[in-house]
Amino acid sequence: MRVEHVTDTLVIRTKRLTRYFGHRAVVRDLDFSVRRGSVVGLLGLNGAGKTTTIRMLLGFLDPTRGESEVLGIDSRHLTPETRCRIGHTTEGHFLYPWMRVRDCERFGRQTHASWDGNLFDQAVRRFGIDTEAKVSWLSRGQRAGVSLASTLATEPELLILDDPALGLDPVSRRALNETIVEFSESGNCTVLLSSHLLDDVERVADRVALMVDGRMLVDSTLDDFLQRVGAWIVHCEQNPLSQHSIPGLVHCRSLGNRWHITIADPSTEAMDTLETLAERLEPADVNFEEAVLAYLSRSRVGHSFYTGTES
Amino acid sequence: MQIRVIPGSSAAIYRQIADQVRRAVVSGELSIGDAMPSVRVLAKELVVNPNTVAKAYAELIRDGVLESQPGRGAFVAKRRNVFTRAERTRRLDEALDAAVSAGLVLDFTSDEILARMQAKLEELK
Repeated sequence: MRVEHVTDTLVIRTKRLTRYFGHRAVVRDLDFSVRRGSVVGLLGLNGAGKTTTIRMLLGFLDPTRGESEVLGIDSRHLTPETRCRIGHTTEGHFLYPWMRVRDCERFGRQTHASWDGNLFDQAVRRFGIDTEAKVSWLSRGQRAGVSLASTLATEPELLILDDPALGLDPVSRRALNETIVEFSESGNCTVLLSSHLLDDVERVADRVALMVDGRMLVDSTLDDFLQRVGAWIVHCEQNPLSQHSIPGLVHCRSLGNRWHITIADPSTEAMDTLETLAERLEPADVNFEEAVLAYLSRSRVGHSFYTGTES
Repeated sequence: MQIRVIPGSSAAIYRQIADQVRRAVVSGELSIGDAMPSVRVLAKELVVNPNTVAKAYAELIRDGVLESQPGRGAFVAKRRNVFTRAERTRRLDEALDAAVSAGLVLDFTSDEILARMQAKLEELK
């Protein structure tokens, strides 16, 4: 009999996960969890700590302090059995260049306990790859396809994709998105996807986790994220931040003599402040890309709506 | 009907899906009793997260546009009003405000706007 408990629904869980390189904290006090069945877009600029987080989750790197669990097991003590349930692709999609694509399939089959050749073929076909082709002849998009195919063929429950879309052509991007949607449709499989392609994340993810300078500033469903971020165009001469502090401020950008201000969870207090400092105030539309960019453009303003582990 | 989603627009993807279904029902492109594609099928077709499609369907079911028949999927429902008259009026005003201001920006007179509105309504009869 299987007892349903919290580690069963949370496939990833970190507690104050922190990593220093020298004196520099690359990941700071990460309290983050991923529920089974979700597709989480992990966003952040280069150097924000995404890859370091993924490496700690997979036990490739020890945390300086804090801890993390994957599939209910401490990342530092993942057994080969547990690792078999995790599919992971690294940035750049490393493959042996002398192999033909069908050799990659054979190599995978012989090195994995569980292997479904049909899943491999299906993924390879979707990326339009000839199985007789040598890996060294393949485009970057096709290499991504082979790497993804090799990962999917092991039938993982958890897929961790580290910037899989980097440098892909539009057709391969489409194939990648289709593959992720298909993988997630059963509702039991989970995806952690780090990416810079905000349009693709908006399509395939249902949650967004956003890291800035090693901290996670947003961890929420995509829809909540969009609803909770508001933006206004403020008409005023001076920089509105020079005299006032705005609660929940995410980012303030100059548009000549106007200012574009993005606020998380705008409170009445924040709105009052805007009313006082503005000669004129117009609400602005916020789309997913703008909301993310507002977070990524700011540096250490010190406000966030970190939502913890509840959904 | 063909649904299209555009990421990066100010309307969330689930909203785009829900709005297009609503429009198709009102315009008669979808009729009462028509079967909707399953969440999985539509998610795959649009290449979007299945939860996004499920959220759009849930909203359409809540608003009475679709009805779900257990085990068979979602169907276009018989039109019934789930909103109060005040709420319907509010929604109508909201839509009219947008249309009227667009018309005025394009330099149409009140009479011209009214005439176009009349023509549109005739088309639907």
